Amino acid sequence: MAATEELIRVAVEAGTPLLLATLGEIYAERSGVLNLGVEGMMLMGAATGFMVTFVTHNPLLGVVAAAVVGVLLSLVHAFVSITLRANQVVSGLALTMIGLGLSSLIARKFVGLPLPVRIPTIPIPGLSQIPIIGPGFFNHDPLVYFSYACVAILWYVLYKTKMGAAIRAVGENPAAADAMGVNVFLVRYLCVALGGGLAGIAGAYLSLVYAPMWIENMTAGRGWIAIALVVFALWDPLRAMIGAYLFGGLEAAQFTLQARGIDPSLLGMLPYIATIIVLLIGVKETLRKRIGAPAALCKPYYREERTL
Amino acid sequence: MLKLKLIEKEKSPKIEIGKARLLVEMRNIVKKFYRVVANDGISLSIYPGQIHALLGENGAGKSTLMNILYGVYRPDEGEIYVSGRKVSIKSPKDAMRLGIGMVHQHPRLVEALSVAENISLSLTDVGVFASPRVIKPRIMELARKYGMKVNPDAKIWQLSYSERQRVELLRVLMQNAKVLILDEPTTMLTSSEKKELFSMLRKMASEGKAVIFITHKLEEALSVSDIITVLRKGRVAAQVAPEEVTVEELARLMLGYEMISTVKREPHRYDGVVLKVENLHVLGDAGVPMVKGVSFEVRQGEIFTICGVAGNGQRELVEAITGLRKVARGKVFFLGRDVTNTSPRLLADMGVAHIPEDRIHVGIVPDMSVAENLALKKYRSPEFSTRFTVMYDKIYEWARSLIKQYSIIAPSEKIPAKHLSGGNIQRLILAREFSGEPRLMVAVNPTYGLDVAATNFILSKLLEAKKRGVAVLMISEDLEQALKVSDKIAVMYEGQLKGIFPVEEADIREIELMMVGVK
Repeated sequence: MAATEELIRVAVEAGTPLLLATLGEIYAERSGVLNLGVEGMMLMGAATGFMVTFVTHNPLLGVVAAAVVGVLLSLVHAFVSITLRANQVVSGLALTMIGLGLSSLIARKFVGLPLPVRIPTIPIPGLSQIPIIGPGFFNHDPLVYFSYACVAILWYVLYKTKMGAAIRAVGENPAAADAMGVNVFLVRYLCVALGGGLAGIAGAYLSLVYAPMWIENMTAGRGWIAIALVVFALWDPLRAMIGAYLFGGLEAAQFTLQARGIDPSLLGMLPYIATIIVLLIGVKETLRKRIGAPAALCKPYYREERTL
Repeated sequence: MLKLKLIEKEKSPKIEIGKARLLVEMRNIVKKFYRVVANDGISLSIYPGQIHALLGENGAGKSTLMNILYGVYRPDEGEIYVSGRKVSIKSPKDAMRLGIGMVHQHPRLVEALSVAENISLSLTDVGVFASPRVIKPRIMELARKYGMKVNPDAKIWQLSYSERQRVELLRVLMQNAKVLILDEPTTMLTSSEKKELFSMLRKMASEGKAVIFITHKLEEALSVSDIITVLRKGRVAAQVAPEEVTVEELARLMLGYEMISTVKREPHRYDGVVLKVENLHVLGDAGVPMVKGVSFEVRQGEIFTICGVAGNGQRELVEAITGLRKVARGKVFFLGRDVTNTSPRLLADMGVAHIPEDRIHVGIVPDMSVAENLALKKYRSPEFSTRFTVMYDKIYEWARSLIKQYSIIAPSEKIPAKHLSGGNIQRLILAREFSGEPRLMVAVNPTYGLDVAATNFILSKLLEAKKRGVAVLMISEDLEQALKVSDKIAVMYEGQLKGIFPVEEADIREIELMMVGVK
């Protein structure tokens, strides 16, 4: 049974950065803004989180700084795509490229340095004693617990509150939402900023807990997987959890299987092959349910446009 | 201006004339879209306790003016005063804060959200972290008060047009608006529902609310309102009290010329069967059967109309016949050929034309130009394209001739189709669908929301087609109109046809009862 416990533990650990980034992107897309800059925001979060923690010896400060940097970067995207109404795809891609270059530039001196402090693992009394799932889910660092809380809160807000209804309304039919008195621009800005903050924290998790160190381009495509996971989860925070741990498990399995002589580059492809399969499944299920992708995704909103 | 008087009348004894009681005043409002001047210096005064009809043809500027009052559009010029204070209404939120609420002609609701969620979004007394479910009792109570049937948990996409309209009305009522703007609210209602609505509006006015009622229907303006403002081509043509004018005078004010009804039915002359539907079963969006064993035939040169209250399976039936929805069981024959579950493209090529219910989202591609929309079914033909390229010059030339022939009002054939008014969009669809010389025309509420001129135009085109031997299958909620133009009438209720009879034998009372399932 120890093997199962270990598998769950590793899957959760590898899945947490994916989960955080996916949750943020779900909110951004639910409000109608596609942000392809997740990878860039994660990289900046990872670099900033590492540097601040390295200098201050305070991991909490590092995580907060990573979140702030993520928010700032996402606001660039928000301004370009919401206020200036430019193409969201191009703006998001630009963000990824900026994040990649800028993080390498500012954190060059920190490459490969060991982190002076560790974020402690805190087993949750009681829960961590549950056989099989206990050690897998409830023997982690505080950031993992933070991600659990995010799933619960974001799910609740999205489906059970008026604010969630407003977010879905803005992503579905901004003109109607506007007519009902919802501030379309504010909602979109907030959702994109939330996405940026969570992507920043996801990056910090990589450089402070998962690695823990800073290497150039250390996200290695996780931001893109997160974007695919949004589709897999059908824009639902709960399903994002399943997807993130599944992919986390795949990633972790790379190391075990490699030990048994399976080609590492083949294994490296696995998450991306899975992404494509997941996209296909996601598309089909979307069709079946008739409501999947927010209808106004990628569409800037102009109030004065005569749409009848 | 013909007359400019405010008349006190027994219907609404509370009215006091004078600045002090003036609720809303709009002064010299000007609004332009591209080169189209929608409002050209309109002034309007709204008093509490009055039902104020805003009468005009499509494109007269009624909706634009009210969208300005509701903060959807910003005026290019002009001022708005509410309770004597000059205001700047930048968004619907501002309008709501000032007590102005609007029920749109095309209900502005979010399809993926439930009724309660949609309504909660516009209520400021529901906190952002509160559950939209808390307002369910309030919705039910209000619905009961006005005798409406509504399920607060239903998703909007599952509802018909008229049900959506009701939700929007409830939404505005729950905002405690002082000024209620209703944009063509009666278009999809049956005559009994209309009566209910009117008595509700009367009740609201007696509670001291100001009701602005946008319409192009002369009889409605005359029967329900205290004062009528007639708009024509973006200007105020007249302001009159209903008891001061006759229908004919009002029509002349609205149209600017004498109205001549060109719609006359002629008995049908051909009898080859064009469309035959046999024991058809179709599932709805929610996966439940919506069409349950429907059989009928439509012959050449015949207008066959299926009447019914929206949501009784008409949409699913039409979508199944036009290839847009899978047939679960049963058969569809077109000119003797089995076309069950055939693709829409093949059906179109065979001669099936379709005027869809949702003219903006299904009827046209809103962002494409008028010319491109006209050519949607024809661009592939050698007339307009070589093997690799589309010959735009020819399409533009052809489009200009169709625009003329169908009197489509558009500044250019190259502007996006979404900039046209509803009536002109429908003319565009009609022009496109008839350009393929169809054998069968499936028309769903073809005159929904259209003004007198456009309605007459569309109906006369359908009658012309019938004369040429086209089979017309019409879906209609407008029983009076159906009786005027159809050869045969069928009533659809809960997925079944409750009877098919020649129009000569149709009795309006009996059909209305069938439509609501009493007979």
